[in-house]
Amino acid sequence: MSPVVKLLAQRIALGLLLLFLVSILIFVGTIILPGDVAQSILGQSATPEALANLRRDLGLNDPPVTRYFNWLFGVLQGDLGTALTSGQDIATQIGARLGNTLFLAFWAAVISVPLAIFLGLLAVRYRDRWPDKLISGVTLASISVPEFVIAYVMIFFVAVKLRWGVSVATINDSMSLGDKLYAIALPVAVLTLVVLAHMMRMTRAAILNVMQSAYIETAELKGLTMFTIIRRHAFPNSIAPIVNVVMLNLAYLVVGVVVIEVVFVYPGMGQYLVDHVSKRDVPVVQACGLIFAAVYIGLNLVADVVSILTNPRLRHPK
Amino acid sequence: MNDELKYLLARTVQGKHSRRAFLGRAGALGVTAAMANTMLATAVRAQGPKKGGTLRMGLQGGSTTDSMDPALATNQVALMVIRLWGEPLVELTDDGGIEGKVAESFESTPDAQVWTFKVRKGITFSNGQPVTATDVVESLDRHSGEDTKSGALGIMRGIKAMRTEGEDTVVVELDTPNADLPYLLADYHLIIQPGGGKDAPDAAIGTGPYVMKEIDMGVRFVAEKNPNYWGDLGNADVLELVVINDNTARVAALQSGQVDLIDRVPPRTAGLVARAPGVTVHQTSGPGHYVFIMHCNTAPFDNNDVRLALKYAINREEMVEKILFGYGSVGNDTPINAAYPLFTEMEQRTYDPDKAKFHMQQSGYDGAILLRTSENSFPGAPDASALFQQSCAAAGINLEIKREPNDGYWSEVWNVQPFCTSYWGGRPTQDQMYTTAYLSTADWNDTKFNNEQFDQLLFAARAELDAGKRKQMYADMGTILHNEGGLICPMFNDFIDASSDRIAGWIDDTAGFALMNSYAPHRMWVV
Repeated sequence: MSPVVKLLAQRIALGLLLLFLVSILIFVGTIILPGDVAQSILGQSATPEALANLRRDLGLNDPPVTRYFNWLFGVLQGDLGTALTSGQDIATQIGARLGNTLFLAFWAAVISVPLAIFLGLLAVRYRDRWPDKLISGVTLASISVPEFVIAYVMIFFVAVKLRWGVSVATINDSMSLGDKLYAIALPVAVLTLVVLAHMMRMTRAAILNVMQSAYIETAELKGLTMFTIIRRHAFPNSIAPIVNVVMLNLAYLVVGVVVIEVVFVYPGMGQYLVDHVSKRDVPVVQACGLIFAAVYIGLNLVADVVSILTNPRLRHPK
Repeated sequence: MNDELKYLLARTVQGKHSRRAFLGRAGALGVTAAMANTMLATAVRAQGPKKGGTLRMGLQGGSTTDSMDPALATNQVALMVIRLWGEPLVELTDDGGIEGKVAESFESTPDAQVWTFKVRKGITFSNGQPVTATDVVESLDRHSGEDTKSGALGIMRGIKAMRTEGEDTVVVELDTPNADLPYLLADYHLIIQPGGGKDAPDAAIGTGPYVMKEIDMGVRFVAEKNPNYWGDLGNADVLELVVINDNTARVAALQSGQVDLIDRVPPRTAGLVARAPGVTVHQTSGPGHYVFIMHCNTAPFDNNDVRLALKYAINREEMVEKILFGYGSVGNDTPINAAYPLFTEMEQRTYDPDKAKFHMQQSGYDGAILLRTSENSFPGAPDASALFQQSCAAAGINLEIKREPNDGYWSEVWNVQPFCTSYWGGRPTQDQMYTTAYLSTADWNDTKFNNEQFDQLLFAARAELDAGKRKQMYADMGTILHNEGGLICPMFNDFIDASSDRIAGWIDDTAGFALMNSYAPHRMWVV
């Protein structure tokens, strides 16, 4: 078996084990929180009778261990169950929400990843001169300001004052692709600003690191232009750390954008998860947690594999 | 009004001038912007409602965990959605009276113990099925039995029996007489559904003026005019509801023209929003109030002098000004204000450090008093507590504040600890408000108030059909609570909604909930 396949198999097995542990953690977490789903559903209008009736109907009187294993067997058979609060099928609901989240993350990534890498390269090319300082200054400023502040500032100037974009990014199936892209323009812009700095700085640092090497000096002595050296020699050798940080940011775009979703009223996974955590709706929280964990583990796996494939020394171990 | 202004106004109403142009020219003629806005709104309303178009609203409170079952509705969005597709038997009128919806008429026996409701003739559900008395009885029944999860169970408990008489008559028998039964049946959970909604509680099929076209819980709802609706409610052809829980996002959506109508404008920014072009802020006084509640059975609050001292030590005007930013009115240590039918004004208690000091000395208690609060007990509660602390200090009372976490406040602090901050949304009638929270045996008697005379008056008033006598009884109860209760009510908070100039037809000071008792989207129109 080739070492890459073996490594893949190992990583996937480890990932599955992690997912299992994550599901236990989430379950225990939601049990520890004060209040239960019945109390949350009925809110201030709860009467003792209504509470008891609802608890019985939702099966909350079973011991937690039984509930956990019932849920686990369901998942192993591909059944995520139904939401305790609304009685809707979780898989269908999550399907739509996950689609929206991926849609937003995809467009944010399509813009931010190439832009970050390009800006990183540019910063290396003009190291310690004004373009480098400007790029670093602007991106570091945008990552340092809380994302909701950037969002509100954008909404105020772009949507309210100039009326160039819309502040409510709610998308639905009856909209055309163009309409949808128009609707998500502002959140995509904010997300781009938020993830840009991390990737840009890492690209800059990784390439600068390689630029100290002897073979770059050789390339310079051969008379190659600065951009060719970066493109042909430095960049391929610094792909591994860049891919790592890109994957981390992609994972963030999928699992960490709750605040942006709330501010721009975007129907993604984050808002869906928060609603259900506050109602102690365990099956939904479990399902979302599993998906988020799977995204994180999967993207990190991709990062590992890419760094192995781009490095001949790892590809052909002795 | 001079002729030029009149001419401009007419042109603007006909849509030949933009609103902004009108305001500009009116300004040139020496009319203030606020005045010009009012003139325009009046002129547009005078022209009468227009049918058609799409009205879009952005509301707070929806969640993806909501259900379409009216029995489980708990928030503003769920309430609004119910108002679109369904109707209760009866409903509040603008001035706090009662009118028939599914019921065409209703009457009671002279002792108010047996009530008869006639189902409106010839009306159908949105699935085409005619509405019968059986549907009504089954619907109410779904909210009563011991198995129900309905939020309306509490108010259905007083019903002894329900039966149909013929095709279109429903008879309701009560345990004890209750002159306010129609108010109870106007509750928004009690929607009349086919077969009582027992087979499909969340099918969203009812007799309402709209039918649901798109349902995405906690995100977006679209409803179209119900072509077979019996009444003339509903102006826009399509109503679109987007859930916008973030305050800033909701206001921005209105200002950027993405929605026409929003609720819950934060009082802190309402003044700024009102100054924005093309936006009108609507302030409606209601029965909701913010409270400081003392347990009358726990030391030191079991001493009425301590309670009176604290009532005199609070500065109500300051709270209305600094916590509600003027969007509200002062309270008078009863949960009742002018929003209730049969309300009697009492002498207003005001901030008086000397009287507070006097009553504190009378009580003989000189220790510190611990007040618990949290941000979710009402917006600005910690700030209000700090104001209370300062006004107490001026009277020589040492008030200590303990900040509690939001999570678990309603189960661990409210109704458990002897002195804390809280809020009430109010109820449609005095009877219901007192029965919910001040009757000695009430589940939510959060001041642990126990006064025999008060309880007796409450039962007597409930059975009294003579309005004058009832009014006097409620006035007496208010006085008892004002002087002896554990409730410090510094302020009643107004509902603050806002609409854009794309729609018109707002009516001020309607009874019930915010947004014209949640009928604003039906009754306003696209200009």
